[in-house]
Amino acid sequence: MTSTAGVESRILRAPHPVPGAPDNWKRFFSFNTDAKVIGIQYIATALFFLLVGGLLAMIMRGELITPEADLVDRTVYNGLYTMHGTIMLFLFIFPVLNGLNNLLIPCMIGAPDMAFPKLNAAAFWLVPVFGVILMASFLVPGGPASSGWWSYPPVSLQNPLGHLINGEALWILAVALSGISSIMGAVNFVTTILRMRAPGMTLTRMPIFCWTAFSAQTIQLIGLPALTGGAVMLLFDLVVGTSFYRPEGGGDPVLYQHFFWFYSHPAVYVIILPVFGVFSELFPVYARKPLFGYPFVAGASLVIVGLSLIVWVHHMFPSGVPQWMRDAFMVTTMLIAVPTGIKVFAWLATLWGGKLRLNTAMLFALGGLFNFVFAGVTGIMLATVPVDIHVNNTYFVVGHFHYVIYGAATMGVYAAIYHWFPKFTGHMYYEGLGKLHFLLTFIGTSLNFFPMHPLGLMGMPRRVSSYDPEFAFWNVIASLGAFLLGVSIIPFLLNLVSSWVRGAKAPANPWNAIGLEWLLPSPPPAENFEEHVPTVISGPYGYGTGRPLVEHQDEIERALLQA
Amino acid sequence: MTSTPQRFPLPRLIGLAVWLVLLTLLSVWMGAQVPRWLPVSASSAAPLVDGLFGFETAVATFVFVGVVSVMVWVVLFNRAEKYDMSDAEPIEGNTTLEIVWTVIPLVLVMAIAAYTIQVNREIGLIGPMDHAHGPAKANSAPAAPLPGGEVQVIARQWSWEFRYPVAGVLSTELHLPLDRRLGLQLESEDVIHGFYVPAFRLKQQVIPGRSITLFLTATRPGRYRLRDSEYSGTWFAANQADVVVESEEAYQDWLRRASRLPLQPGLSDAAREYAQQLSGERRSGYATIEPAPPPLVNVPGSNTLPHDA
Repeated sequence: MTSTAGVESRILRAPHPVPGAPDNWKRFFSFNTDAKVIGIQYIATALFFLLVGGLLAMIMRGELITPEADLVDRTVYNGLYTMHGTIMLFLFIFPVLNGLNNLLIPCMIGAPDMAFPKLNAAAFWLVPVFGVILMASFLVPGGPASSGWWSYPPVSLQNPLGHLINGEALWILAVALSGISSIMGAVNFVTTILRMRAPGMTLTRMPIFCWTAFSAQTIQLIGLPALTGGAVMLLFDLVVGTSFYRPEGGGDPVLYQHFFWFYSHPAVYVIILPVFGVFSELFPVYARKPLFGYPFVAGASLVIVGLSLIVWVHHMFPSGVPQWMRDAFMVTTMLIAVPTGIKVFAWLATLWGGKLRLNTAMLFALGGLFNFVFAGVTGIMLATVPVDIHVNNTYFVVGHFHYVIYGAATMGVYAAIYHWFPKFTGHMYYEGLGKLHFLLTFIGTSLNFFPMHPLGLMGMPRRVSSYDPEFAFWNVIASLGAFLLGVSIIPFLLNLVSSWVRGAKAPANPWNAIGLEWLLPSPPPAENFEEHVPTVISGPYGYGTGRPLVEHQDEIERALLQA
Repeated sequence: MTSTPQRFPLPRLIGLAVWLVLLTLLSVWMGAQVPRWLPVSASSAAPLVDGLFGFETAVATFVFVGVVSVMVWVVLFNRAEKYDMSDAEPIEGNTTLEIVWTVIPLVLVMAIAAYTIQVNREIGLIGPMDHAHGPAKANSAPAAPLPGGEVQVIARQWSWEFRYPVAGVLSTELHLPLDRRLGLQLESEDVIHGFYVPAFRLKQQVIPGRSITLFLTATRPGRYRLRDSEYSGTWFAANQADVVVESEEAYQDWLRRASRLPLQPGLSDAAREYAQQLSGERRSGYATIEPAPPPLVNVPGSNTLPHDA
């Protein structure tokens, strides 16, 4: 209707411009404290770096399409793979997930914004800052860091030109700033979830996405200090000549591996837990059934947090650790299969007997689950010491990791972007382009990452710029898959831009979903519910039960329809 | 919600049983395919690793195909009709099921872990047992006594050197006797390298400042690849050597003949490529650490002959 009453007037009264409203794109380039603006800033920045990291990956796959080192020099290849990993982790997947956190957490729990909006904006603006630092390292003499995203000493401490400003030093600086940004974000997300939930939204009525975000951000708070401490010592070794890790000075290079993996294994759960949250949100909506076993799915997240902190040595089985340590960390690693299995079975039971609607978001969620289960069974193989000794540091691990990070996590992120696109832009996306994006992504992922498993079993080490001719067959297929993945981004970006500019106007609840965010207009006003926060009276996912989620739900829905 | 007999009529139960049997057969078959995906097995550890991997592949196939067949089923048969906007039957959980799918995976992974620990013990007895010794002895003379092994393996940026101090032989090709357990003393002069022979299914980081002994028994004559498995800088990928496994007599004969050969530069693909870059024959990129000069050895050997794995 008009601006005289109801929800529309709240949009007009909003202190900040609303995403999707005309003529206010400038806010995305400013120090804006609105979580929904920050969320989109995070996602747009992350997608830009997805293109950069993806381009580097395609050059790598171009090199690896033939056995010889012939496309680029070996030093360049080593820089490419190092920067590919670093960019994809610290500038794509973490920021894109923080973008989802920013968009979803306040809306899902009925909070007007994050607990510390300025801290939130500062955490975001660190991302372009360290992104520029990392990109600048391509231009310094000696080139970018080239010792892998693990940056193991002593090879990472070798500084051929001896300059103080070198690629490795900039790399460590960028990673440290990324850690600071993540800690600032984590403080904000954890506080917001614990302190700012709508009346009646007890922890056991909280959407699973918030449970998983809370679990993931808790890991950040516990684990990041270890990595940051380890990185500071590495920086000292590199630039001021200490020998924390230099064997010739009495240091121990294996110590770094402990610091690194104490955080960097749990970091994989920081990435995958929110994606579990996305699966848990989407399957009920598109199967029209409640999430099966909500309390178990929620609790399993916390069990994963606990276990994730005591498995790191499984990355170090060939590092010269004693046998008892190998056995102990194998057992803890295997145990992670149990809470993860609980989640997978819960999703299957949610789908079972449902009324499935296979739109783009649901296809990505199903594809992500498919890939995740594949990564899960190869993960169990990697946990067992003798098999790991054979395939450790081979392409088997690269395949496993990319099935998790691209096959499951990134496809889960795509699912989330499509699912919540109408909510935060106010426009519907195009299903045709979306399904094309899914098809190309799924085929590309399989072609690119499946061949890495046989390669690893045959004994092809990871990080090589050349290889023996017997590995050529599977490498050609993997490279073709990588180029297809590059192509798959085109319909995705086309869809995002054209839908946002001229897509059909989205209603408040296009998927007929249950959740506080769907009781807001699309896009939501700056302060979400403002002073009219509804009182939650039941748990989430009440599909088919006829149970209202909040008090006066009918009136709110009617107001949204009229707006 | 508890399951009632009406929800599982007889035809469905029979279908489920047939499907489980097929799934089991498929899993067993997949487990049996494992040798085709792996290099030839040439050490006493390899059959144990392959056996474990075969078992895991069977279990993994069962779990993965099991889950995927549920997904395929729901996608085929549980689709909403067009224009059907209604919800499905609201089943919110089932505690019995939750217990079942917590306990079964728990028992399964613990069984795999127990099996693996047993394999670890067995490999430890007859195959590798790494011991970290004190400070590095990488620069000790070839004739120095070896605490753990009869071959000293020196990893460098970027070449492998094998020293046989008792026989007085230096080589850039590793020769090992068939069916005899022996220790390799792994040392690095610069950064961390990885000693990895896929045909042996063995891998061990070579850590500067430490001397690590790896015990192994080669069980199949042939020529195999040794690859650097821990990223070690510019020519990491080219840091390969060959391992020749031969009968005890041939091995002793090789040692005897080799000890009489004069010293000459050994194999180093890195040094060769670097020289090409300096002469402008080969393009160079960013700054790099200079490769160590090829070690002086009695036998350079070859790393271009066809290898079995």
